[in-house]
Amino acid sequence: MGNHAISFRDVRKTYPDGTTAVDDLSLDVPEGSLTVFVGPSGCGKTTSLRMINRMVEPTSGTVEVNGQDVSSVPEARLRRSMGYVMQASGLLPHRTVLENIATVPRLLGRSKRESRERAESLLETIGLDRDLGGRYPSQLSGGQQQRVGVARALAADPPVLLMDEPFSAVDPVVRADLQRELLDLKQRLNKTIVFVTHDMDEAVLLGDRVAVFATGGRLAQYAPPEQVLRAPADQFVSDFVGRDRGFRALSFDSHEVALSGVLSRNHEGETTVLGGSEATGGWTLEVDAAGRPVGWLAPGESDGADTSAHRVGGSLYRPGGSLRSALDAALSSPSGLAVAVDDSGRVRGVLRPQDVLAAIEQARGARS
Amino acid sequence: MNLLAGTWQWLVDPANWSGAGAIPSRILEHLAYSGIVMVVAVVVAVPLGLLVGHTGRGSGAVIGVSGALRALPTLGLLTLFSLLMGLGLVPPLLALVILAVPPILTATYAGVAEVSPQVKDAAKAQGMTPLQVLTRVEMPLALPVAMGGIRNAALQVIATATVAAYINLGGLGRYLIDGLAVRDYSRMLGSVLLVAVLALAIDAVLAALQRALTSPGIRASPAGAH
Repeated sequence: MGNHAISFRDVRKTYPDGTTAVDDLSLDVPEGSLTVFVGPSGCGKTTSLRMINRMVEPTSGTVEVNGQDVSSVPEARLRRSMGYVMQASGLLPHRTVLENIATVPRLLGRSKRESRERAESLLETIGLDRDLGGRYPSQLSGGQQQRVGVARALAADPPVLLMDEPFSAVDPVVRADLQRELLDLKQRLNKTIVFVTHDMDEAVLLGDRVAVFATGGRLAQYAPPEQVLRAPADQFVSDFVGRDRGFRALSFDSHEVALSGVLSRNHEGETTVLGGSEATGGWTLEVDAAGRPVGWLAPGESDGADTSAHRVGGSLYRPGGSLRSALDAALSSPSGLAVAVDDSGRVRGVLRPQDVLAAIEQARGARS
Repeated sequence: MNLLAGTWQWLVDPANWSGAGAIPSRILEHLAYSGIVMVVAVVVAVPLGLLVGHTGRGSGAVIGVSGALRALPTLGLLTLFSLLMGLGLVPPLLALVILAVPPILTATYAGVAEVSPQVKDAAKAQGMTPLQVLTRVEMPLALPVAMGGIRNAALQVIATATVAAYINLGGLGRYLIDGLAVRDYSRMLGSVLLVAVLALAIDAVLAALQRALTSPGIRASPAGAH
């Protein structure tokens, strides 16, 4: 982590009308890290990102990539050496998916055939069907377009990836998929990624380090996400991070929580106690043939074969997961009990809310 | 009734379809004038429209000048140019070029100017030079709109190329001028019908060309979305 892939040195961007977009920014992005620029709109986070590939030129100061001042590299060459993913995918509507992905290799003078083969292999990398390669952007869903945008950015295998609110225009379910895939890609590809978002949750989820920008282009805090949540540098960061920051910070705690037993009923109506010798609560957890949770039956509803009465369960907790997921699983469960499942989704037991709180208390004790 | 019957007779009379000065050679002359005019107009208007659309500079001038040019009557221009330059092919062709330039210029400009700023920004951010953005992004995306202007201009030029006959040149206008001189209204109406059919046929050819050149990705087809 000693190498800084990207360095901002006293960078300032002011516009002729006197507004300051970026105010004296000095910041080092370590090689191979995912750094998130987060902040409200108009805080200069996107402007800062775009100064890395010279889409915006700083008024003063320098931006260095691998020790080289970017202003000394011709614009087009510099941009081809970095992947760039933008909010609305920015795919070329008149070109097919494969042609879009192959854009940068083609600009770099690689042959049509080589570029196409590279594009085809990238379709797989980003989890898109090969058949989509011949489609046009307008024929893709928003999530698919964003995936193609990511593939295009990766096509020339650049060491640096710049992402400008890439997932903000897709629905939350697709966004969660894309976020998970980005983390997965980052693990596999070892890129230096700078990611811009206005969503603190996204910043916390993705970032190795988070740079919080304040209105007026001031860098308010630059730290690992856990530190931003637990120890905001100033009032602005504290306000921006929001009232839930205590709850959000639980994302970083994964203390062990005691499991309790639960009465379960499988599809054939047989009841057993899972995860302990005694059942907790009085609720019955319905499971399928493989032992995965299906829903809850309230006390008194467990008689009778009619399984349509069950209440939909809440989120699930995987032992070893964060205390945030444990607490959420308890809070979102109709029975108040968090369902713990193993990696194959089978029920291992339940967590009582008081045990989750006890674990939170222990984690806090262990920190201080 | 008499006029329509006469027109039909003129159109189907085999004598009118063979030999020098017959309908086929007049059609060829008409197409030749129109073709030269269109080539010159495209060569002048398309690069100018691309330049203005790409840079965004001079758009006010383009719209103003195009509007002013459109207001000039072609027949008046032809008379003026003939007086200035004498008879010959140049005055009518020049007058027609001035007719054809405004629709092509404004359409090309509009086509380029309408390209989404996000798409242009993305192309630039991938490392395209300004020239590559123009040729690989703006031109293909502007093509349907620009072709609309070219088709519009072609229709006007083919219809108006009849004025060449006014100064003793050929083309289908010959029948209009000569027919008027001898009050042969059947001949006049017949030639007008030929001009109309010719204009529609050329428009159909250009429409097919436009379709062939436009990427399926930007053709408006509801079936394309899934």
